[in-house]
Amino acid sequence: MVTATETKKVQIEIFRQDTPESTPYWEKFEVNYRPNMNVISALMEIRQNPINVDGKATTPVAWDMSCLEEVCGACSMVINGRPRQSCSALIDQLTQPIQLAPMKTFPVVRDLQVDRTRMFDSLKKVKAWVPIDGTYDLGEGPRMPERKRQWAYELSKCMTCGVCLEACPNVSSGSSFMGPAPLSQVRLFNAHPTGSMNKDERLNEIMGDGGLANCGNAQNCVVACPKGIPLTTSIAALNRDTTVQMFKNFFGSDHMVD
Amino acid sequence: MSKDREFYWRRLHSLLGIIPVGLFLTQHLVVNHFATRGEESFNAATHFMESLPFKIFLEIFVIFLPLMFHAFYGVYIAFTAKNNTKNFGTLRNYLFVLQRFTGIFLVVFIVWHVFETRFQAAIGAKEVNFNMMAEILSNPWMLGFYIVGVISATFHLANGIWSFLVSWGITQSAQSQKIATYVTLVIFLALSVVGVQALLAFV
Repeated sequence: MVTATETKKVQIEIFRQDTPESTPYWEKFEVNYRPNMNVISALMEIRQNPINVDGKATTPVAWDMSCLEEVCGACSMVINGRPRQSCSALIDQLTQPIQLAPMKTFPVVRDLQVDRTRMFDSLKKVKAWVPIDGTYDLGEGPRMPERKRQWAYELSKCMTCGVCLEACPNVSSGSSFMGPAPLSQVRLFNAHPTGSMNKDERLNEIMGDGGLANCGNAQNCVVACPKGIPLTTSIAALNRDTTVQMFKNFFGSDHMVD
Repeated sequence: MSKDREFYWRRLHSLLGIIPVGLFLTQHLVVNHFATRGEESFNAATHFMESLPFKIFLEIFVIFLPLMFHAFYGVYIAFTAKNNTKNFGTLRNYLFVLQRFTGIFLVVFIVWHVFETRFQAAIGAKEVNFNMMAEILSNPWMLGFYIVGVISATFHLANGIWSFLVSWGITQSAQSQKIATYVTLVIFLALSVVGVQALLAFV
């Protein structure tokens, strides 16, 4: 029989913050090891028994989660310095003590919870959708070639998790840069046969405040993206599209699409 | 400067870094290289450059104004970044940080260099010639400062060419960006050799 003293422990340090305005602080925890644990299940252990490493009772740690299979993006946090999803961060693969911190690029709500509203605002700003509403039936749109659909599917895997924004040195609370994720969505919807009917609107939007030009080519985003989206290729492709759009806007006879 | 026009300011900043500032730097280092052929060749070359027609306009519109815009807007760009090479130790992230560090250093270096040479000539205190540089570089600290300054400039230009190619949408694929890295590395090494050889010729 395994006694309590023989049980393997997992060392966890959490960068906690009680309210959006309060001063953050590190708190250390120790939880019993179980095989195949992930960061979420370790956090659940702490929640069941919120006692820190000094044996003092504390408040349960707050974090966000939803799908638990790395498709929703809600549980993103900074784990040992790297932003990633905590559901797919396996304890066995992490060096201890495991340091958990919120993605400070976003406003912290509490502990590991952040407010990712700026990403959703950016998606609205760049019109990251295909407009099909009208006063009458517009009929079928043009067909998308199958090979293009397969390529576009990779871009559509973005779950707005915020990891690329956290990794980007040019996105911060002090800068208005929208970051790689919404930019790549512009490329996705501009590639769609119906979506491309509004491509000039999206391009002009990312040529405004906080747009494309803020990219400094550090290329951390493409390294950090959990879905392997070619973010830097998207940005470079948009750089060419906006170069053309810029000349069209100025020298073109009108500003219509194509 | 309105944030809504940011795109255009950034593109202008990228363009001016290459044309004319980058071209001027290359020309400057090449002309300096006359120093390796001896005092007379260098003085003849500086005299030729000094006696170019419309020199003051060339200096203002080809060098001074583009460089001032590139420098001031560049300082703003450098200070909006939140460097994170500790967590993302990739080559491109280090080059990103280095581009900003060399940029800030170059503002200091170029202000000092212009004050020490062109400004002294403008107020008539000194004449720009081989002896002037030999005198400046006889101080080993100054020689070190100048070598770091020249290498910062060649790095900033070479890496700037790489960024220019991405920012204008010329190199899009990861493969083309990688090859551009090698090409700009060669440009960096070549210009550094030219620049440093010229400096050492004064010693």
